[in-house]
Amino acid sequence: MSTVAKTPHEIRAEPMFDVHKIRRDFPILHQQVHGKPLVYLDNAATTQKPLAVIEAISNYYRHDNSNIHRGVHTLSERATEAYEKVRAAAQKFLNAASSKEIIFVRGTTEAINLVAQTYGRKNVSSGDEVVITAMEHHSNIVPWQLLCEEKGARLRVAPINDRGELLLEEFEKLLGPKTKIVAIGHLSNALGTINPVREIVRMAHARNIPVLVDGAQAAPRMQVDVQELDCDFYALSGHKLYGPTGIGILYGKMELLETMPPWQGGGDMIASVTFEKTVYNRLPYKFEAGTPNIADTIGLGAAIEYLSTLGLEQIEQHEAGLLNYATQAVGAIPGVRLVGTAKEKAGVLSFVMDDIHPHDIGTILDSEGIAVRTGHHCAQPVMQRFNIPATARASLGLYNTRQEIDALVAGIYKVQEVMG
Amino acid sequence: MSELRELYQEVILEHSKKPRNYRVLETANHKAEGFNPLCGDHFTVYLDVKDGAISDIGFQGSGCAISKASASMMTQTLKGKTTGEAEGIFSKFHDLVTGQAAGSGEDLGKLAVFAGVSEFPLRVKCATLAWHALRAALYGEEQAISTE
Repeated sequence: MSTVAKTPHEIRAEPMFDVHKIRRDFPILHQQVHGKPLVYLDNAATTQKPLAVIEAISNYYRHDNSNIHRGVHTLSERATEAYEKVRAAAQKFLNAASSKEIIFVRGTTEAINLVAQTYGRKNVSSGDEVVITAMEHHSNIVPWQLLCEEKGARLRVAPINDRGELLLEEFEKLLGPKTKIVAIGHLSNALGTINPVREIVRMAHARNIPVLVDGAQAAPRMQVDVQELDCDFYALSGHKLYGPTGIGILYGKMELLETMPPWQGGGDMIASVTFEKTVYNRLPYKFEAGTPNIADTIGLGAAIEYLSTLGLEQIEQHEAGLLNYATQAVGAIPGVRLVGTAKEKAGVLSFVMDDIHPHDIGTILDSEGIAVRTGHHCAQPVMQRFNIPATARASLGLYNTRQEIDALVAGIYKVQEVMG
Repeated sequence: MSELRELYQEVILEHSKKPRNYRVLETANHKAEGFNPLCGDHFTVYLDVKDGAISDIGFQGSGCAISKASASMMTQTLKGKTTGEAEGIFSKFHDLVTGQAAGSGEDLGKLAVFAGVSEFPLRVKCATLAWHALRAALYGEEQAISTE
């Protein structure tokens, strides 16, 4: 992670992170579920949206809705400007070198598929290898399996230890002349592990292998600087970033994006079309075929602005304090075992309970108003690695409080009581 | 809370902890797997069918309390029943857990304890997983059946 130098006027004197004030920005949080105050601890699945995001989308449809990059009329101009402003905001958010390196996609899954189907199909051949890790989400496994199947290439999987940490030496051993791309998660959704991306990139680049980073869970939890990480691709989802569903970002280094063939064909991605020949549009439009998800892009822009105002470092600190508190409190309950205990960890507390299936944990916690995810978290190989069918997962967001962790702890005792 | 107690009744918890007929059936002439990819529940149901009747039945696998208790009580209920009767019981059971039954399942005997599932729509798949596997076994579907 990078630390961004702050000029003196940016250093604030007021309380750094007033979570109770922040909670007022999220209308959905103020409701009762089964007669209890909602405790939303499923932020790794999706985050709630601040009013700023909800209103940005609503205002766009009320006042500015129009197609972009086309008409000369006023609404189209406004819509285009609002849409492209988000690209500039995203560039700043990720510290990309150019806004042309920001491609709007549906989400992390689409971003990874785009890279697999363009960069991958062009550069991976029979006998080549793609390297991932044992803690990946299905969305960073299956696109590569599809590619490997098509090309007769091989998917190699770097192992993890019992704490859920990547074995870096084993990872490095997998890199060789046949490796055509490395794809790794920045922060594991099932275990909370933060991978040493900078180190991984250094190892891969020493062998001229590009690296894609699945940043779905990291982007809402820490300051991401793609130039500092030096990764070649970075994928993220708007809805995990307190923005809307159906919009995400693929960052790619310009020199790589330039050499990649287009993915989907259609309007907006072309410069000129005749039946004999089509000239593709320049970056980033080459990868944005068809009318994009304009409203949700604008919603994402509002989310980025919201997070930037709060400050990613403050959010990171707040969540680190909460995770530490939750780890101690939940870890101390007899009959509860934490899954994923990496030294470098954020946002995610996966656990199992003696003789109680996670599904039952989820139902009973829900009856207490507590929303957690139960199941394999789209990471079945992780469950296999730990030899468990599923876990219960509490995942933190910037609006969670210690009182909510206390409610979770009380809820877990309730689970034990009900299940006898 | 009362809904929760209704769901996790003593009988259900007891069966989930000590499932009956929890064994691989050596004499099985029908078997099928049931799998819920959303939660990872996974059961195999074994049947010994003679002259159109279930002369023996067993199951193994892993799952939540609801799915395991349902599988256990299913095996108890169906032993000795004809396949036609089993079909009828499943149909009534399905109506019960999905809240479509006219009564509160009195005619289902012990299985009536699953009436509480109807208040938890997300748990219907848990309660019916083993039953779907049973049907797959009876009708010779070799592939693991999936709730999704």
